[in-house]
Amino acid sequence: MRLEYFEMIDRVTSLDRETRRIEVSSTVPQESPVFEGHFPGHPLVPGVLLTETMAQASGYLVLGLMGFTHMPFLMGVDKARFRTFVGPGTVLTVTATLEHEGSGYAVTKAKIAAEGKPICDAELRFRIMPFPEGMDGLMRAQAKRIGLLEETV
Amino acid sequence: MSSTFETVAGIISETADIPREQITPESHAIEDLGIDSLAFLDIAFAIDKAFGIKLPLEQWTQEVNEGKAPAEEYFVLKNLVARIDALVAAKQA
Repeated sequence: MRLEYFEMIDRVTSLDRETRRIEVSSTVPQESPVFEGHFPGHPLVPGVLLTETMAQASGYLVLGLMGFTHMPFLMGVDKARFRTFVGPGTVLTVTATLEHEGSGYAVTKAKIAAEGKPICDAELRFRIMPFPEGMDGLMRAQAKRIGLLEETV
Repeated sequence: MSSTFETVAGIISETADIPREQITPESHAIEDLGIDSLAFLDIAFAIDKAFGIKLPLEQWTQEVNEGKAPAEEYFVLKNLVARIDALVAAKQA
């Protein structure tokens, strides 16, 4: 993870098209400017960045399932719960499942856990839109970086 | 009024925080009720779930944008309800 660059996903572990589920892993860095403010002397990953992490895992799930034809943009966060603190060095397992594929939107349920213990979960909604010009190449490059299945890239 | 309309009106009222009594079959979702495109996606999700269908919003939007159909065709609630009933019937057929 590079928190200050919003690179929240380190590696895609699996993407199952049948169950419409993705699993990714991310390790919280030991140091980040984010921790200088949140909180001084007591570094904790902000809940908003955990939400972003769940959104990115969900986004790559949607991208992978749709074959990178459209871009999912986060439009809603429901039922978000943050169950415990996350500090530097924590290895996160993030899972997301596509709950509903609507016309022009998608809904996922995402969770983060560490060592099997739940950290947070939420229901996320995405607007599915054509890629803004040049963005598809950027997303494909990011997907390659994190090892999203080559067949979808 | 049909049970479909009652369900849709309840969804709109709850999702968009609009008093139920303001919602009639003649209401235009956008012009009369002030529902924006984002809120309409939330409503579409609730309708999809409630009726087990997939509202073809992208197709409708394209038809309206291309002038092939007036927005009233899809966004006046009595017309929306008729389309939901048709989608449910097609699914059951």
